[in-house]
Amino acid sequence: MSDLKKLKDEFLSKLRGKSNLSEINQIKSELFGKNGLISTQFKKIGTIAESEKKKFASDLNIIKDELQSLINSKINEAENTEINKKLEQERIDITLPERSFVRGKIHPVSQTIDEISSIFSEIGFSVEEGPDVENEYNNFTALNTPENHPARDMHDTFYLDEKKQNLLRTHTSPVQIRTMIKDKPPFKIIAPGRTYRSDSDQTHAPMFHQVEGLHIDKDINMGHLKGCLNYFIKEFFEVDKIKMRFRPSHFPFTEPSAEVDIGYEMKDGKIIVGEGDQWLEILGCGMVHPNVLKNVNVDAAKYQGYAFGIGIDRLAMLKYGINDLRAFFDCDYRWLSHFGFDPLDVPSNYRGLSR
Amino acid sequence: MKITFDWLKDHLKTNLKEKDLLEHLTNIGLEVESVESLSADVELFKIAKIIKVEKHPNADRLKICDVNIGNKDVKKVVCGADNARQGLITVYAPPNATIPKTETKLTVAKIRGVTSYGMLCSESELNLSDESEGIIELSSKLEKKIGESYFSKSKLKSNLIDLSITPNRPDCLGIRGIARDLSASGFGKLIDQKEKKFNSKIKQTLKVKITKEKGQGCSVFGSCLITNVKNTESPKWLKNKLISVGQKPISAIVDITNYVMLDINRPLHAYDADKIEKRIIVRNSKSGEEFTALDNKKYKLEKGMCVISDNKGVLGLGGIIGGIRSSTEFDTKNILLESAYFDPRSIRNTAKKLNLDTDAKFRFERGIDPLSIEQGLNKAAKLIKEICGGEISKIDIQKIETFKLKNISFKPDLFEKISGFKISLQEMVKILEDLGFKCKNEKKNLRLTIPSWRPDILQEIDIVEELARISGYNKIKIIDPIKKRKKPTLNKSQRLFHFLQRSVASKGYLEAITWSFTDSSYNNHFKDSKKEIKIVNPISSELDVLRNSIFSNLVMYINKNLDRGFKDLSIFEIGPIFTGSNPGDQNTVVCGLSAGKKSRLSWIEKERNVDVFDVKRDVIQTLIEAGYNSDQFFIDNKTPNYYHPGKSGRIFLNRGKDQIAAYFGEIHPNILKKIDLKTDALVGFEIFIDNLKLSNKTLNDQKTKFSFSDYQKSERDFAFVVNKDVNAQDLINAVSSVDQDLLSNIKIFDVYEGDNIPENQKSIAISVTIQSSEKTLNETDLEKINNSIIQSVENKTGAKIRS
Repeated sequence: MSDLKKLKDEFLSKLRGKSNLSEINQIKSELFGKNGLISTQFKKIGTIAESEKKKFASDLNIIKDELQSLINSKINEAENTEINKKLEQERIDITLPERSFVRGKIHPVSQTIDEISSIFSEIGFSVEEGPDVENEYNNFTALNTPENHPARDMHDTFYLDEKKQNLLRTHTSPVQIRTMIKDKPPFKIIAPGRTYRSDSDQTHAPMFHQVEGLHIDKDINMGHLKGCLNYFIKEFFEVDKIKMRFRPSHFPFTEPSAEVDIGYEMKDGKIIVGEGDQWLEILGCGMVHPNVLKNVNVDAAKYQGYAFGIGIDRLAMLKYGINDLRAFFDCDYRWLSHFGFDPLDVPSNYRGLSR
Repeated sequence: MKITFDWLKDHLKTNLKEKDLLEHLTNIGLEVESVESLSADVELFKIAKIIKVEKHPNADRLKICDVNIGNKDVKKVVCGADNARQGLITVYAPPNATIPKTETKLTVAKIRGVTSYGMLCSESELNLSDESEGIIELSSKLEKKIGESYFSKSKLKSNLIDLSITPNRPDCLGIRGIARDLSASGFGKLIDQKEKKFNSKIKQTLKVKITKEKGQGCSVFGSCLITNVKNTESPKWLKNKLISVGQKPISAIVDITNYVMLDINRPLHAYDADKIEKRIIVRNSKSGEEFTALDNKKYKLEKGMCVISDNKGVLGLGGIIGGIRSSTEFDTKNILLESAYFDPRSIRNTAKKLNLDTDAKFRFERGIDPLSIEQGLNKAAKLIKEICGGEISKIDIQKIETFKLKNISFKPDLFEKISGFKISLQEMVKILEDLGFKCKNEKKNLRLTIPSWRPDILQEIDIVEELARISGYNKIKIIDPIKKRKKPTLNKSQRLFHFLQRSVASKGYLEAITWSFTDSSYNNHFKDSKKEIKIVNPISSELDVLRNSIFSNLVMYINKNLDRGFKDLSIFEIGPIFTGSNPGDQNTVVCGLSAGKKSRLSWIEKERNVDVFDVKRDVIQTLIEAGYNSDQFFIDNKTPNYYHPGKSGRIFLNRGKDQIAAYFGEIHPNILKKIDLKTDALVGFEIFIDNLKLSNKTLNDQKTKFSFSDYQKSERDFAFVVNKDVNAQDLINAVSSVDQDLLSNIKIFDVYEGDNIPENQKSIAISVTIQSSEKTLNETDLEKINNSIIQSVENKTGAKIRS
């Protein structure tokens, strides 16, 4: 009995103040190793008289638990200290830069096309395409632009042959022709794409982008046209209030024709689209000319509707405050990085156009 | 088309203001392009008094004046006018003012060594009169007004309004046409202009003949002779009128013809009748005929151009430009005045062939009122007689065709059907009559006679536009669109386009958009076996062909950006390349280029050049993201000649090798040398969207049943020695062909050439995962598979397992 107490006291004092892991482990094996002092005591149990056996075993267990838990907590403590010391040594300058990563950007024109498609998608338009190289019939004649129209001058159109049969389309309107020839009415399409005119100065580029719109059905009138564009403009510029003005104009392939202006003002050298008292022309439109419908075998007595053409680059410039049209196509790394969009910024109906 | 409100008032009675006018013009489709305010600068001109005059030390005729310009401010001004004297009250123009006559801006300037701060003005310099002798002398009563602006508001001239007239409206190339449109829309009342016809008993003695031949561009030729005129400078009112719309006065006769043209859009031509040889013949030109036009250029004519000629030869090109030989001058005594109708097509063809653009051509090609011939002659001849004196002959009119007014039957219901709003029949008739139509009720329809000055009105829909335009487009009610979709917005290939675009961008490439055309010298490097497609009329020689590859532009722009100091660049473009000059001869390609290094100047990673396996990863990953199964991909090394022949490859979506999905590789070093592009490395790729098979499956269908194996798997490594020209892909194929169900995750983890390996051979180490979905494989099973793998690789590739 007193042997056990003695053993306990001896080791408690031995352990006191010890914090070195190997010393503690040494003591641990002295006690609990195969021939450790505690282990030896346990072997004794069998030799002890029956009357004292129970008490001895119980006392021994208590001592064992006490010593064991002390040792364990000492080990824990020592291990912690050691780990912490190691971690402290591993400390690095976390303000050093991360591993490099690169992220590309989507061109503002592509982003704008996706925005436009997303808006028109909501009101039932689907996207059509046409080739960049067109024949003169689809680009002009079918669109009620007779042979002696000024738009046919060499000055405006890039031709691919001397006979002027093949050319780079000067607008996206030939997609109207292709669509109507291919299918049967009703039609409700937009057609974004590249267009070309041999014009090059500060505000004109030999290549630019347009989106064509065409809606032909039985009773589509100028009110529908106005409603459609009104909806588009508000959605696109993401403003509730915007002034819009329809004013008469002339295009050979629409009659009546209109040009649409929106209100704006200048603030700190930047165009603010909305309710300002300046007007800015953004698109041309009108009711599809009966001659055009006739050319594509659509019965003009039964079907009618509107078409519009919007300059995409111009819209992008307005919305994103880009001043120079030429910069769109100049491929300056700084410009592309600045005005480009993150590829994850996909405009959609449910997310909206902006992040 | 330049107009002033003042001139409009010759035709229009109105109480409305200029501000209303501008709005009205735009609302009826006569778009106001700009308004040139003549008043802004004019306020700078001040009433001033000369308080001292000294002689200029270095010039006899010049004086140095001290000028009181008000507010106790005195300026030194150098002046050459004889009448500049002490005490004179006159008009002072400060530096920065623009002198109306010369349109020059004043600056502080040294005149013969003496600095002059501004200028004292003559009447002519201010466009007030032609008086250029001396400076303006103002009444001494104005002493109190020294320092005030000389031009009071009322003296300001009407603003110059520039209208953009659409090509369908030749009638609005005359002030009267504009006035007519305005009056129809409620802006004032059109003043009746019934010109009194002159009565003459004198015969027009110059014989005129229009030849009847094929393609004759002139159908009517009206003329009259005015004899014994004295051509002079125009009177002030006429000069001012022309100046007010930016035209330069020349001589009375020329000014009068210009005035009539601007006023009623009736071009006229005045010949010096004495210079005409016997008679006028309007005919088609013969090939090679020549004449010198009023622009002092000699023109050589092709066959079939409409010319006005006499017995000697060509006098002028009808409706385009007159000739020097018969032009009027100040000493011209007898005039032949021409007023004719020329066919727009003929005018356009001739002008285009000769590359000539004149005011008359612009008007005739849009269509001149064929019934304005007499009116024009009458108006001009009377003015000439008034200003230059002389005798007017009878009007002679030769014609080979008679113009007939056209009629349209118009269904009034059509208006609302198209415009979406309603106006009464009465309103319709009022608008149309104001525009010059004659209206007659004809059962339910309106029978309309189209005015001769409106060649653009051809059918009912044109009437709808007239009615809508004049009523005002603001009456069109907005009908909100219905949010209903019957067809998907994008089809499969459009979706793929958008997906690839964003997928490539997400790998670090900036999207560029470049021209569809390019420089042929660049294109040549990348056209491979494709046909060059020339643009007949390129905008510059550097953009003379359609691109056969997007690389030509991207390489050019990479080079520009390298010049800007960027070293590591990745850009891409998605767009068309062209294979022929017919519609549809084009393919859509995603093309990317990457230059420079990875991890340049990185503290943590070792820098290295971009290489072919970077672009290979970008392409493969993009294709996988787009939904293609990389297990099926087949890659070989046959690529176009603009790639490095040993470091480039092409990808097929499957072993069937049907169509090329993509190329990737290093750009051929020779090209970089030729275009002087200096970078550490340049690699690129092209993905051919049109060659990618579109899946018919929906995403739902694309997900197969989920299954996996929980039986123990084991990994085995093999090292083979194989000839250098054997592709790694062949080894992988040989392994996987053993048993696709058991083998997975076949990876090459080492490629080695050199010591211990025979020359022309290489060692390739492959790791394979072996797992069954039915049982745990025991050593015997595994051994069997091992042997099959070795056997398959050795048989199929000639490799030997390394012991």
